[in-house]
This record gives sequence, C-alpha cells and structure tokens, in this order.
Amino acid sequence: MELVQSPAAAGFTEAAFARFLKGRDEPAWLTQSRREAFARFQALPWPSAQDEEWRRTDIRGFRLDAFSPPAAERTGSEARFGILSQALDAQGVARVEHRDGGLARGSDPVLPKGAILLDLAQAAREHPDLVKRHLFTQTIAGGDDVFAALHAAFWTSGTLFYVPRGVELEAPVLSAIGLSGGAVDLSHTLVVLEEGARAVFVREMASLAGADAALHAGGLEITVAAGARLEMVDVQNWNQATWHFSHERAVLGRDATLNWTVGGLGGRLARVNQEVVLDGSGSSARVNGVLFTTGRQHLAYSTRQDHRAPHTTSDLLYKGALKDRSRIVWKGMIRVEKAGQRTDAYQRNDNLILSDRARADSIPGLEIEANDVRCTHGATAGRVDEDMIFYAQARAIPRSEAVRLIVQGFFANVLDRIGVEAARETLRDAVASQI
Amino acid sequence: MSRVLKIEGLHVSVEGKPILRGVDLTLRQGEVHALMGPNGSGKSTLSYALMGHPRYEITAGTVTLDSQDLTELEPEERAKAGLFLAFQYPTVIPGVSLGNFLRHAVSNVRRPDRKEGEDLLPMRDFRKELRAQMDELGVDQEFARRYLNDGFSGGEKKRAEILQLAMLRPAFAILDETDSGLDIDAVRIVSEGVNRVAARHQTGVLVITHYERILTYIKPEFVHVLFGGRIVEHGGPELVKLLESQGYDWVREKHPEAAQDEDEMEAAVRPPQVAGKAS
Ligand SMILES: Nc1ncnc2c1ncn2[C@@H]1O[C@H](COP(=O)(O)OP(=O)(O)OP(=O)(O)O)[C@@H](O)[C@H]1O
Ligand SMILES: [Mg+2]
Repeated sequence: MELVQSPAAAGFTEAAFARFLKGRDEPAWLTQSRREAFARFQALPWPSAQDEEWRRTDIRGFRLDAFSPPAAERTGSEARFGILSQALDAQGVARVEHRDGGLARGSDPVLPKGAILLDLAQAAREHPDLVKRHLFTQTIAGGDDVFAALHAAFWTSGTLFYVPRGVELEAPVLSAIGLSGGAVDLSHTLVVLEEGARAVFVREMASLAGADAALHAGGLEITVAAGARLEMVDVQNWNQATWHFSHERAVLGRDATLNWTVGGLGGRLARVNQEVVLDGSGSSARVNGVLFTTGRQHLAYSTRQDHRAPHTTSDLLYKGALKDRSRIVWKGMIRVEKAGQRTDAYQRNDNLILSDRARADSIPGLEIEANDVRCTHGATAGRVDEDMIFYAQARAIPRSEAVRLIVQGFFANVLDRIGVEAARETLRDAVASQI
Repeated sequence: MSRVLKIEGLHVSVEGKPILRGVDLTLRQGEVHALMGPNGSGKSTLSYALMGHPRYEITAGTVTLDSQDLTELEPEERAKAGLFLAFQYPTVIPGVSLGNFLRHAVSNVRRPDRKEGEDLLPMRDFRKELRAQMDELGVDQEFARRYLNDGFSGGEKKRAEILQLAMLRPAFAILDETDSGLDIDAVRIVSEGVNRVAARHQTGVLVITHYERILTYIKPEFVHVLFGGRIVEHGGPELVKLLESQGYDWVREKHPEAAQDEDEMEAAVRPPQVAGKAS
C-alpha cells in the first residue's frame, strides 16, 4: 500500500530541491541557509483548521504539488505592467523588475550616492557581506510556517534596496513583480536603511497573462536603522487566481520612522503576516492598510506591533471594503515588552460590507508587560450608512452615486496617510474602480 | 410662472407609529412661511417626509409640486424637482469633501438627466461660483476642502447647509431649525444668505423654528403652529409674538384633541437625533 503524500511534499520534493540547488551559482552560506530552511519545510506541519492562525483561512483548495520551483534566472521582456508601476513611470523612477521568479530588468537607472537597487541573487554575489548580514535575520524570527520555510529554501529573484548611512533619496524606488498564470514567484525583498538614511520604496505585484492558478510565497525584510526614515508602499494586485503567502517584518532602530502602506486588492487567497518591531527607543511606525475584495477573494492579515523599547509609538489603521462573497480577516496584536515603557500603540480595523454575503472578521489583541503604556484598539464593520445615503439623495445625488462617494470617502483617512502622491492617487483610483 | 408646493391631508408614520395626522399647507414661490411647534410635535417629521426619507411613511394625503405628485419620487428626484431641506442635524460623511459633494449635487440639479459617471460641472466654473458663494456667506475658502460636516461646529454645519442651498437654488427650501445653536451674529449671516437666495431665485421658504430671533431677519408672511401632528393655527407674524410671550398653553386649551395626541407622542421614548445622526 502506498503512503498518501502530504500535499506539501509533491512539487517541492528532495529531488526537486537537489535539482534546484545544482542550477544555482551561490555562496556556500546561502546554500546552507537554503538547506536548513528545506529541513524546516519538511518538518513543519501543513496548516490545518485546528491552528489558531489558520482557523479562519481555509486552504484546502490550494495544491502545492501543482507548482514547482521557479527555474528562470532571467526572463527578458521590456513591457511595463502594474498600475502603480505605470503611474511612477511618468516620473522616471529607478526600478527593478521581476517576472515569474526571474529578473526581467535590472536596476535602471543605477542609484546615486552609493545606494543600491539590485536583483537579490546578483547582490548575494556582488555584495555578499551586506546580504549575509541582513538576509533572513528578520522574517525567520517571526512566526515560522511551512510557507516561510518554503520561501527561504526556494527563493529566487527578489530585490535588495540598500541606502547607506546619511544618504537621502528623494525619488521613490520601485520593485515590480509580475507573475503569469501557472507560474511561481518566491521572491524576497530586502530593504536596508542605514543610520540617518531616508528613502521611499514602492513594491507592486501584478499578474501578467494567463488565468491558471499562480503562487507567490514571499518574504519582506526591512531594517530602518537609528534615525532613518522609510516610506514604504506595497501593493498586492494579483489576479483572482493567485495564491499569496507573505511574511513581512520591519525592525526600527532608535528614533527611526516608518510609514508602511499595504494595498491588498488582488489574490484568490492571501495570507500575510506583517510585523513591525519597535526595537530602538523613540522609534515610531505607522501602518496603513487599504483592502478591497470582490468575488470570492479571501484576504487574511495577521499584524503585530512589537514594542521592545521605551517611548515608541505605533499606529495601525487597516480599512477594507468587501463585495460579493469575499472575506477579510484581520488579526492584530500589540505586544509591549517590559522594556517598552511609555509606549503609545494603536490598532484599528474598519470594514465596510457592501454585500449580504461578504464577511469581515476583526480580532484585535493586546499583550502588555510594561505598566506605563497607552494601548488602544478599535474595530468596526458595517454597511453603508443609510442616513448618509439619504442626506446625499436629498442633495440630488442618487443612491448608487451616493454609495460610491461614501465608499471612496471611507478610504480617505487611510489614503491621506500615504506619503507618495502617485501611490496615493493610484490606490484611490483602484479603490474607486472596484466599487 | 410661480410654482406651488401643496401638502394636503398628510399622515405620516414612523415605525408604524402615527406622527402627522392630517397636515395641510400651501407654499408659493416667493413666499416665506414659518412653522412653529413644541418639541416633538412633528416638525422634522414633516420635513423628512417631504424630502422622502424611507423611514417616514406617508399613510395618507398628497404632496404636489405644481401638478407633479412628489410622494412616489426618490429623494434625489424631489431635489431635482426643486425641493431643498436644510437638516436640523446635518449628517457627517467622512472623507467626502464639501466641495466634491456639492459638485456632484449641483451637477445633478442643473442637469437633471445626468447619469452617474457622466461629466460633472466643469471644475473651473464650479470653483468660481462656489468661491463667490463662500465669500458672501463669510466662510473661509478652506471650508470646501473639509470633509462634510466632519468635526464641524454647530455653526459651521448650518452654514454648510446654507452654502448648499445657495448653490442648488431650489424653488422651495425647508429650513429645519437652522437657527438653533447659533449665536446672534451667525443667525444674521445665515438669514441674510437665505434672503439673498430667496430674492434671486424666488425661493419659497418654510422656516421651522422655536424662536422669534431668526424671523426678525427672514420675515414670514404666514405663520403656522404644528401641534399633535396637525396644523392647528394659521396666522401672521403676530402669532410668533404670541407664542414667544405665552408659550403653547393656550394652544393646548384651545385644541384639546390635538393636545391629547401631542402628549402621547411626548410620552413615547425618543431616541436622540435619530434621523439625522450628528454622530
Ligand atoms: N426616526 C424616528 N424613529 C422613531 N421615532 C421618531 C423618529 N423621528 C421622529 N420620531 C418621533 O416623532 C415625533 C415627532 O418628532 P420630530 O422630530 O418630528 O419632532 P420636532 O417637532 O421636529 O421636534 P424638535 O422641535 O425637538 O426638533 C416624536 O415623538 C419622535 O419621538
Ligand atoms: Mg425637529
């Protein structure tokens, strides 16, 4: 009698891993890190409905064995993709583009003042110390699961964005990630701002041609060193055939500032762990979520604001609108360690439910060990307010036009928090077109 | 041609509870009417019902504008037909700027056939006109960029209502306690705004109020008293003086049946600001 293989094993087997390693020209430490991750991948259990983290997110429809490790090291194509990418194109920003797990277009143009924007595999060869110092120091520390391990074992492509000490970059820098039907993207994004640096980093994920199921299992690591300031915009705009699993983490040094916007528009099912670590005293983070789901989409965000130092602030606002039979799950956690005195932390999730069959769950959480803190949370979910509709109607605005205005207005306060105008307006338009 | 808004035998219920029990009132363009009545007598109910609020059910009677029956129309159709209500408690719409909201409103009123998504009034023309109206009302230009009624003071809310009135130029305007919560200067400014609109566009005005104050600026020729869900007294400005000095006791004595209905309504628990959440 044959043993039934766990679905995790099939497409990403020992043999596949061996083949994968053989095809790569990488430093030994990197290969070692992959082997360790692969061992974890094999050991970790496949998520089940019994796990608290997966209780509301059903992935029984997902078959990992339908996919295999990305092979392409370089895929050549010059055509632009992505709404945000196109909006930024007008401003001629520096960018790096990946498609289907391979590099499509390297840093263009090269950044000034010693800043680096580079394909991550290339960076591992050209700047081994730098990459080794930062790679998988952040994401792995967070909640590890089978997708994080899969990612760490098999990642290809990805981007390094590095800004040296004291360097200030005015213009945004873009990473565009494209994915065709049936393809796999396991890209890793590594953002490092050294002391006192300032930069704006924009990442966009968008589907290319083809309607077959696609897979993204990604990692995003951000280091904002002392006194540095990062404006980060990350837009997930896959088509509705794409499975999206992502582990994301930012660590802030003393007096560092991060304004991190997450756009969740696409995906069939997206499961994101997003974490900010306030590691240096006086550091401050703002997290802005803009989510819009339609059809049978399922977006699940697990966020964590980890206060490890005194006088730190974090302010998270996730806003979602749901149509059709879609679902949004937000599970938030503010954690304050003993050292995190004088923490000021806030988390809030507001959802606007636009159909009878859509559903939103908000689960805020607090874990506080310090005694001199201010931590608050809030969550709302509801339909478009009938009194608002009537007021608009009384001013000659018909119901559907009123609803459109009200829904757009609902997102205004979170959009207003985005520091990159092109991103703000693109997201505003994207939301409007979903209504 | 002078237009006529005619209310006949109007009965209105809220959640099955009768509030208005036969209201008759006729307004012509260019006329100013005042409607007074104790708290809870049904003044706001009348204005919501006229505007077509879905919670206010017309159980009997008619409302016509010229020969057009309004009662079957959606609120936006009534607005396009020339009806305007300045809310007692203007609704907050977060994230929608007063300017943008008003641009949609004005576009629909001026081009009644406009479909959703079709062009709005050209920005330049609209801005120019809005600016002029804001200057006349003495409000800061910044006002248009603020989110509708969001964080507005009581006075700002009422000015925003009158700004909308001025931009929409209706044939008939119902002002539901536009004066309440305003200081004397604000009452004057707002009243002058109403008078300007009325003079320019022959707007027929129905001023709902508890106080004589606003009526010294917006001078009514006709005064009506709503009591127990019907209009029990019709008169001229002298009626305002009488109510101001003597209150409603004499009304109560003169109309015992209405007094009984009024007491019943009074007894019913009243959720505060239900229909126009000020939040
Ligand atoms: N939305 C509602 N739901 C339930 N009852 C309502 C609602 N609106 C009005 N009522 C009831 O109808 C009656 C009349 O209320 P209305 O607000 O019309 O009075 P009003 O004359 O405008 O009072 P005020 O002078 O205080 O503004 C009251 O008894 C009130 O409780
Ligand atoms: Mg009232």
